[in-house]
Amino acid sequence: MQPLIVTDRLVKIYNLGDFEIHALRGISLSIREKESVAIMGPSGSGKSTLMHILGCLDRPTKGRYLLEGEDISSLDRNSLAAIRNKKIGFVFQVFNLLSRTTALENVELPLLYNGTSAKDRIRKAKKALSMVGLEGREYSYPNQLSGGQQQRVAIARALVNDPAIIMADEPTGNLDTRTSIEIMGIFQSLNRSGITVILITHEKDIAAYAKRNIDFRDGKIVRDEELPNPKKAEEELTALPEEEEEDEE
Amino acid sequence: MRYLQILKVAYRALVRNKMRSSLTMLGIIIGVGAVIAMVGIGQGAKRMIDAQVASLGDNLVTVFSGSHFRHGARSAAGTITNLTDEDAQAILDYCPAITRVTPRVRTGAQIIAGNLNWASQVEGYNPEFVYIRSWPVVSGTFFTNQDVRGATKVCVLGKTVVDNLFPGQDPVGGIIRINKLPFRVLGVLSSKGQNAFGRDQDDVVIVPYTTAQKKLIGITHVQYIMASAVDRTQIDLAEDQITQLLRQKHKIPPGEDNDFTVRTQLDLASVAGSTSGIMTILLGAIASISLIVGGIGIMNIMLVSVTERTREIGIRMAVGARGRDILIQFLVESVVLCLIGGIVGIMLGVATSQVISGVLNWPVFVSAPAVALAFFFAAFVGIFFGFYPARKASLLDPIEALRYE
Repeated sequence: MQPLIVTDRLVKIYNLGDFEIHALRGISLSIREKESVAIMGPSGSGKSTLMHILGCLDRPTKGRYLLEGEDISSLDRNSLAAIRNKKIGFVFQVFNLLSRTTALENVELPLLYNGTSAKDRIRKAKKALSMVGLEGREYSYPNQLSGGQQQRVAIARALVNDPAIIMADEPTGNLDTRTSIEIMGIFQSLNRSGITVILITHEKDIAAYAKRNIDFRDGKIVRDEELPNPKKAEEELTALPEEEEEDEE
Repeated sequence: MRYLQILKVAYRALVRNKMRSSLTMLGIIIGVGAVIAMVGIGQGAKRMIDAQVASLGDNLVTVFSGSHFRHGARSAAGTITNLTDEDAQAILDYCPAITRVTPRVRTGAQIIAGNLNWASQVEGYNPEFVYIRSWPVVSGTFFTNQDVRGATKVCVLGKTVVDNLFPGQDPVGGIIRINKLPFRVLGVLSSKGQNAFGRDQDDVVIVPYTTAQKKLIGITHVQYIMASAVDRTQIDLAEDQITQLLRQKHKIPPGEDNDFTVRTQLDLASVAGSTSGIMTILLGAIASISLIVGGIGIMNIMLVSVTERTREIGIRMAVGARGRDILIQFLVESVVLCLIGGIVGIMLGVATSQVISGVLNWPVFVSAPAVALAFFFAAFVGIFFGFYPARKASLLDPIEALRYE
């Protein structure tokens, strides 16, 4: 079976007038369906640039990127937007929810851009929210939710269009340990249900929940290996000492 | 995105910043309101002038005696005294486009009644006056052709003269003295008010033109001939017929200037109409400037809003919004802002018009086309001034937008 993602010598050069930044220096990798991959590296290593290209938010300067066999590198802005809408769900470090907009409406957002009827939007958004354990909070606003809950809303938004891939950029960067593990648990269960998860992080602890780790440095892959025993979020949670209540952000 | 959804998103964005939205709208409200009120005032003035022109008479054609041309010097209009009551009769007899004719002479005079006196205008006509000038008597009667033939000393008074000489009394049957000659008052004219140039038309005493010629002024010619055309469409024809007839009668060889001038109600109406038309355009143009200023306010706020909501735009793009979706969202926001402003502005404009017409006693006419035009103009302002900020938003790079702090 052909891999979900294939990149061939991806190069990304940012031209800053006087000098150029080589963010990616020929990245070739392939990711199969249902993999969970953690891309690690210090800041400035090019891992975010890679995620932007893999997430169809940006195009490579050179090289090819095949998503489900389709060459993405040469598509225009509108086609990229359509692919983001259909195939990719994003989760960000800072949640990126629309403020003063209910959880339900935040989750509905991707559906607004593919012509889903109002009835279906609400049904799908409610289903996605219940998948991340937020039934009952549909009409809460982001500022009434804890950080962990906000990230769950963001995950529900990423899920709502049944994407092939979820891309998470430092999803636990603003969360405490327990909540981080809970969020990783959600990613693990989504992965078990068949969604490919690509995770960007600089924390080894978090990368340990993925089945495959890729290390980045100076725009190049320095390590790419399968983990024989990824950590399991359920087990880690029971090992944690009990806390009285969830930490409010 | 569905249209309803776009409207909902736009509405929510505007409600989120109530104060800012309403202040932005204020520019449009004032602009549209000013346009409506100003155009209303202009159109009201036009109607007033039209009504006054119509009040001059019934399809009126007036013949003035012309000017001298002697030894190369031209004298003032009316200095020739060659217009006669025979000309008037000939016009009635030989011009098929004319139904009624009266000679007209006039002079200023001191009028005395009892111990009161008043300087007024004395004008001589024949009884056709009532029809030609569309000016009936409200009490008493008008004089007859017999009075004209006999040059009797009878008169009909305008309302202002009655107010000044017979305060609180019925003047009909009374006696006034014009230049010391006693005249019997036969009737009182209805009130016509001011004419288009502010002169009080009711400050007048009407006498038989023969009486005025022989007993008050001492002339044998007439100063004007006033005539009614069959209908409005025949006014120009009547003018031609009168011109030809009088040239023939006055034996003017071809190629020489007329020794008289013919003016019609249409001339006056078109002059007055173009004057008020210019006024309407002028007022509307001045008011439009405030609408444009309001539009620039919209553009300013939309630019601020795009910058402020850069991250929101990034989020929307990340989840699949195309540039066009973002463009439409911001464009609709600015159009909604303008349309709400437009509706409120129309109400404000209509209300202002009412106040102006009430307080200043000035007829204000708010027409449906003016309202529709103002409304569409507001929408146009929204699109025009909203386009640049919306386009700017739609061209944002999603990554940059997501990173924006």
